[in-house]
Amino acid sequence: MIAEAGLAALWLAAALAALQFAIGALGLTRGREAMLLSVRPVAMVQAVLAALAFLCLIVVFVRVDLSVALVAANDHSAKPLMYRFAGAWGNHEGSMLMWVTILAAAGGAVALFERRLDERTLVATLAAQAFIGLGFYAFLLFASNPFSRLFPVPAEGQGLNPLLQDPGLAFHPPTLYIGYVGLSVAFSFAVGALVTRDVGAAFARAMRPWVLGAWIFLTLGITAGSYWAYYELGWGGWWFWDPVENASLMPWLAATALLHSVTVLATRDGLRAWTVMLAVVAFSMSMVGTFLVRSGILTSVHAFAVDPRRGSFILALLVLYIGGALALFALRVGTVREGSRFDPVSREGALVVNNLLLSAILGVVLIGTLYPLGAEAVTGEKLSVGPPYFNAAAGPLALILVAVMAAGPLMRWRRDELRNLVGRLALPVLLVALALLGLVLLAPPIGIFPLLGLILAAGVAAASVAPLWKRNLRRTPLFTYGMVISHLGIAVALAGMASETAFIKETLVAARVGETQTVGPWTLRFNGVKPVAGPNWTAIEATLTATRGGGRPYLLTTQARSFWTPPTETNEAAIQTVWDGQLYVVLGKGSDDGRWQLRLWWKPFVTLIWAGGGLVAFGGFLTLVGRVRRERRAARAEAWA
Amino acid sequence: MRRTFLTLLLLSAAPAQADSLMPSAALADTQLPDARQEEQATALMETLRCLVCQGQSIADSNAEMAGDMRALVRRRIAAGEKPDDIRTWLIARYGNWVSYDPPLDAVTWPLWAMPVLLIAAGLYLARGRFRRRGR
Amino acid sequence: MSADVPRSDAAKRGLRLILWAPLVLFLIFLAMFASGLIRPGSRDIPSRMVGKPLPGFALPEGAPGHPPLADAAFRQGQPRLLNVFASWCVPCAAEAPQLLQLARAGVPIDAIAIRDRPQDVAGFLAKWGDPYAAIGSDVDSSVQIAMGSAGVPESFVIDGKGIIRHQHIGAIEPEDVPAILAAVRNAR
Repeated sequence: MIAEAGLAALWLAAALAALQFAIGALGLTRGREAMLLSVRPVAMVQAVLAALAFLCLIVVFVRVDLSVALVAANDHSAKPLMYRFAGAWGNHEGSMLMWVTILAAAGGAVALFERRLDERTLVATLAAQAFIGLGFYAFLLFASNPFSRLFPVPAEGQGLNPLLQDPGLAFHPPTLYIGYVGLSVAFSFAVGALVTRDVGAAFARAMRPWVLGAWIFLTLGITAGSYWAYYELGWGGWWFWDPVENASLMPWLAATALLHSVTVLATRDGLRAWTVMLAVVAFSMSMVGTFLVRSGILTSVHAFAVDPRRGSFILALLVLYIGGALALFALRVGTVREGSRFDPVSREGALVVNNLLLSAILGVVLIGTLYPLGAEAVTGEKLSVGPPYFNAAAGPLALILVAVMAAGPLMRWRRDELRNLVGRLALPVLLVALALLGLVLLAPPIGIFPLLGLILAAGVAAASVAPLWKRNLRRTPLFTYGMVISHLGIAVALAGMASETAFIKETLVAARVGETQTVGPWTLRFNGVKPVAGPNWTAIEATLTATRGGGRPYLLTTQARSFWTPPTETNEAAIQTVWDGQLYVVLGKGSDDGRWQLRLWWKPFVTLIWAGGGLVAFGGFLTLVGRVRRERRAARAEAWA
Repeated sequence: MRRTFLTLLLLSAAPAQADSLMPSAALADTQLPDARQEEQATALMETLRCLVCQGQSIADSNAEMAGDMRALVRRRIAAGEKPDDIRTWLIARYGNWVSYDPPLDAVTWPLWAMPVLLIAAGLYLARGRFRRRGR
Repeated sequence: MSADVPRSDAAKRGLRLILWAPLVLFLIFLAMFASGLIRPGSRDIPSRMVGKPLPGFALPEGAPGHPPLADAAFRQGQPRLLNVFASWCVPCAAEAPQLLQLARAGVPIDAIAIRDRPQDVAGFLAKWGDPYAAIGSDVDSSVQIAMGSAGVPESFVIDGKGIIRHQHIGAIEPEDVPAILAAVRNAR
């Protein structure tokens, strides 16, 4: 019954989305006041119904209702509660239902909380959001019904894969999805503003918190995904420029650019058309990413359930939504009055450069990811585009961007003088010089990119807190703190990346029990191996004791696991975190003469990469709180006046 | 999401790649004694694509054939061959697919020109947005 | 503010045209996506050595009772089929009947056993049939890599002068047999 209730809720939510779109469109074209007023409540009810459908799916998963085909294929009664719960979105249909639920919830939240936007633009926005929802409801109901029944009912489910029983599965997908789908609000705002020709500072101030919210989740999701792959895949890599990784990075790049351009629009009423374009592009990248990942047209280490029929359906949705929005843009944006012009040396000038570089990086990632596909279609030759290309093409742009990031927040709006800027940048530049000197004198010779990265990280870390210099810290608004912390986070992450690349130490050995090995400053004693068993795997478990100098010893445990359903071999890495980095140990094959293959890595300051990502997201959160508080205060002041 | 899925499907749907009973090749997981040569070999291995995997470098892959390719790279580096020559030798056998570092040729020049083209296009679009100074 | 420099009509038209650029770019990407969906690229990696001489090699004996294999065997004037296989490879067992059929049709077949032990190869041949003349043992895949072969099983047609003429990737299915026979005939 619960499955049927879920399906009914899904159909009703779809019907309400149709209604929301219809009354919104009619209300706007016919000017019916009653229709305009009823759009908000419809959006909220639609959100509740979609959430109800998702809840029903979670319930059938938690109760292991094997008469539901999706549950039978992906669930198992022996799984712990948390993984039965998370299993609801660990599959195609469930994750699409989560997508639709977030889409509806985002629309409902806009209907509930958005008070500052012009009412007609708001109705157009909600109608657009409902229109996007319709396509994805259709996709669920006609091509990926999560609630379809199975007969005869199997005795047990097939979803007992312990590899999927990882806390990462519970938190990572929802976080990333809230980010991806949250960008739909920016998309709908842009479409709504194009429909009512209302692109201006007020529109930007209304859109900014929504973009910021989605961006925080995207940042967290990508950071967590990178760490998950790092410990789960067992080769110690944190970013490989894989198509699936790039698909998650592209919306973030677009959203980051949008976050900065919307500030220019809100503060200086400039970059109108460009901001609208970015809002469309950001969510388009989310949809393109979903298509690339699920259609299977690109090969990835992160293989997905690929299905060309679903691929065609998503492709049709891309045509409808992205094509439609871009056509609307071309037709309408010419009638949007151009915003004000800028002085090249000014805060907004720096933000334009920021947008230029972020967009160029986005273009490089997009084209680099798709180039093998295009090249094979045209020439028939297979081609690989990987880390060497992305590092060479996007790396320099990213480093310039980071340098601009150091200088930008120290510039004044409207018009600044280079002379004054030089004065404000003196301290960071001095630090850069010191870092350079220190690295050249102390460190072993390292590559040019890591060297530049470390130097820039030092300078940016100093420059990012410079906006707080000589300010009354108690009266500094929260959103300024947020910006400072986010920029500092970028410097921290950059330092981690550069340090890991430059100073990583690797030791590969075939070791006997009792022998000691060294990697970097560490000495590891191989204590022994023993067999262990899990529910559907057996493993060889190795223990090692790591010491550095006369410091305390750390006990490390690593496994080489063999699963039999399906037959798979995996490595469970042993990761020991210390204040200045991580030891990463992987056990390989054993040989007849009693030696075991060990891979030992010492990764100095690698943890800064994810700590930096966390700081970036935390800064975003502070900014969001600060902005919302200020908007509230402004609204109250208006109400008083 | 992507990651999860992938792990999920990688494990559930990947065809079981049967493994041989042979130990891995001598230099597959053994570093070269000369640290500079080992560094060259590692840098090269990180840019060569595993032939039997879906998207991993031979440095990252546990596949046996990736191990044999690592052994081949180390053997040739130890014999004094230049990394670029080894790459060229492999491309002559497997095409550009085997190298993650696309060559600069008639097919790939737009790819390599992309950063410059994008910046130029951006500057063209932005040119009207700036006021001339000292008005 | 925005009107401080009046724009010419031509410039305005240019601006309006540029507004369509994103849509045009998107349509180009779309065409690419659609072509990728309609014609999913094969995952095979063909060897670039087809049309080129077989690399030089001399492999030790791969199974008891079979002579070892060297590249000189392929320069005797007769086209031969070179099968790259392994006893641990499941599809290799699946193609065994087709290889026997080709051997009965008069095609001389040699083999390179990848990462294998002679006793395992002997067991495999006892179980699935033995179509091979000579068998070489390639324990570290080095000859396989030199030939541009990306996995097991693969089969190469080599003409009598030692030039690789044809590559078949994956197991030889019953419907592939005529094509292999034709390739051997063409290599004469």
